[in-house]
Amino acid sequence: MSQENILEIENLVMHFGGIKALNDVTFDIKRGSVSALIGPNGAGKTTVFNCLTGFYKATGGGIMLNAGDKPTSVIKVLGEKFKGSDLVSPAAFFERVKYKMFGGSHLVNRAGLARTFQNIRLFKEMSVVENLLVAQHMIVNRSMLAGILNTESYKKTEEEALQRAFYWLEVVHLTEFANRLAGELSYGQQRRLEIARAMCTNPEIICLDEPAAGLNPSETEALASMIRVLRDEHNTTVLLIEHDMGMVMNISDYIVVLDHGEVIAKGGPEDIKSNPKVIAAYLGAEEGEDVTL
Amino acid sequence: MSQETGINIGSSIKDTIIAGLLALIVFGPVVGVLLDGYEFIARIDDVVWIVAIVMAGRFAISVFVQTESGKKFVYRQLTKEDGVSVTAPDYKSKMRYIIPIVIVIGLIAPFIASKYVLTVVILGLIYVLLGLGLNIVVGLAGLLDLGFVGFYAIGAYGLALGYEYLGLGFWSMLPLAAIMAGVAGAVLGFPVLRMHGDYLAIVTLGFGEIIRLVLTNWTEFTHGPNGVSAPLPTLFGLEFKRRSSDGTPFHEFFGLSYDSAFKYIFIYLVLFLVVLAVLYVKHRLTRMPIGRAWEALREDEIACRSLGLNHVLVKLSAFTLGASTGGIAGVFFATYQGFVNPSSFTFFESALILAIVVLGGMGSTLGVVIAAFVLTVAPEMLREFADYRVLMFGILMVVMMIWKPRGLVRVTRKGFATRKGVMK
Ligand SMILES: Nc1ncnc2c1ncn2[C@@H]1O[C@H](COP(=O)(O)OP(=O)(O)OP(=O)(O)O)[C@@H](O)[C@H]1O
Ligand SMILES: [Mg+2]
Repeated sequence: MSQENILEIENLVMHFGGIKALNDVTFDIKRGSVSALIGPNGAGKTTVFNCLTGFYKATGGGIMLNAGDKPTSVIKVLGEKFKGSDLVSPAAFFERVKYKMFGGSHLVNRAGLARTFQNIRLFKEMSVVENLLVAQHMIVNRSMLAGILNTESYKKTEEEALQRAFYWLEVVHLTEFANRLAGELSYGQQRRLEIARAMCTNPEIICLDEPAAGLNPSETEALASMIRVLRDEHNTTVLLIEHDMGMVMNISDYIVVLDHGEVIAKGGPEDIKSNPKVIAAYLGAEEGEDVTL
Repeated sequence: MSQETGINIGSSIKDTIIAGLLALIVFGPVVGVLLDGYEFIARIDDVVWIVAIVMAGRFAISVFVQTESGKKFVYRQLTKEDGVSVTAPDYKSKMRYIIPIVIVIGLIAPFIASKYVLTVVILGLIYVLLGLGLNIVVGLAGLLDLGFVGFYAIGAYGLALGYEYLGLGFWSMLPLAAIMAGVAGAVLGFPVLRMHGDYLAIVTLGFGEIIRLVLTNWTEFTHGPNGVSAPLPTLFGLEFKRRSSDGTPFHEFFGLSYDSAFKYIFIYLVLFLVVLAVLYVKHRLTRMPIGRAWEALREDEIACRSLGLNHVLVKLSAFTLGASTGGIAGVFFATYQGFVNPSSFTFFESALILAIVVLGGMGSTLGVVIAAFVLTVAPEMLREFADYRVLMFGILMVVMMIWKPRGLVRVTRKGFATRKGVMK
């Protein structure tokens, strides 16, 4: 297991019928970094996220997640087709059957990858705290009997879950809204709550899809410092999609640029800023024309 | 005509005439024409009465909403907050006082009430159980299940056939039926719960019908439309019959003279305790991880998956628990009727249970209890109008959807006191 890279994406291909959303996308994400995935509208950024969080089954390529105690192949846990070689190897066959029946994107989260969505997906008719409690489903005591009898050990884990929820509410400055319905919050608050909810699953890497969309400049500033807190205090690797170039250049250690389903550049902010291909893709200009980001 | 004087009789009369014409179109063919062999009998007077009532009502409403208090009423109705709300952390529900009173009344009632009232209340309680079961599936987990009656039938036939073929009595079948219905729910659920909304509704509708058709047509095993008799419960082996083939019956043991009400009192008491237990479990479930997961799944399945919840298993647990509650209700229904046949398990029954859940307020426990009694006890009380039962049912649904689209009882969520946040 590679200690250096938490995520390794290799030759990822995703086709929707005739639409080639991703052709051969390859990049690695370093553990403990803040990385950004940028590109013009429709470049395929959200599609990359959906593939690596297991919501789309990639048409081809590999995704390795080096988190938890062992590396996870995202393609495998979603359930693959049976192969001829399964006939001679019962172990491989049963593993495939297991993932076909019980596999799915939830296993990617359990392996240590959490995400937020471009179009916010909160549990709108549940309270803010409850949103965070649901996220801790895999951590709390799920025994039906203990819960119904309200045993001491059950109460203890529930209390711990509540404390963890309030911890994250403090981080995203939503403590005073704890008992409001998630759907009643303002747009910026909902975005922050979604990040807190994803963090409640104790991930090693968090993927944020346009976290600054719809935020005003001061909110964006607060978000940037929050992202730094995630990396510095919680050792969480952050991968984000963002259109706000100021913020991207400001906080990212590493940037991958996507256009028409292909990686056209990757590197540090300085390299990207001056890369003529990137400038051309963003401004629709011919290569070599003199434009600046 | 000035705006301030308010009441505009002309427009009220116009509304009244339109309502009258609509009533004529709706009720004319339904009420006014009676088929008698190949002949029609016109019943003009009934139609006239109904249309007159509708017109009078429409006129009254039309005038009322133009008065000052009427305007206020309409304003209040339109601006009312009717959604979900979160209670304050230190909020204590008034139910604390109401529940003990209801329990005491419920335990005393059977010894005072007449046998007829008792049978009606037993029926009401059976529907409370059914409503609670379906409420887990539809109200909490958001899975539209149109074949819930299938699990009810499994419970009822489980008791009747278990007694006939295996000699199992009420007490052994009560848990067994819950398990059987739960297993049936799981077996049906595992393949179909990957589907969404409409597809799931169609598959479950089919399941309910298949169960009924199997019960009707597998005559060697189920006696088909003739039905099967079901045993009564026993009290530590004492039977509630006039004469018992083995052992002394209940009334002889206690030196009482035989009264057929005894068995209803006993069924009622057992049922009452089971309903209380189910209510308690349901109350706990909504505050437990699994209950929260159900509701989260109803709100957003994709977000649930992104948080590591296995959506199929979460749905399956809701489906299974709902089904086993339905199975328990079936056992009580069979023992209460003493006889089951397939005609008790038609689609109309599924629709009625669904109506209980919707009227009560999706996910609201209290709402389900009230709605179950309204929808089962009211038709019994209004026996004279039995022909119009479905019609009244429809009117009630329409009225509810206009005034209280989110159900009778507003859903509240528990608030949590602010704590010091701690990591790990
Ligand atoms: N489920 C789908 N079915 C068909 N086509 C899809 C699907 N999802 C994405 N696409 C296509 O893939 C391409 C990339 O879309 P994607 O959402 O990844 O873009 P994006 O880079 O996230 O854009 P934006 O910045 O606007 O969010 C688009 O052409 C889109 O139409
Ligand atoms: Mg996108």
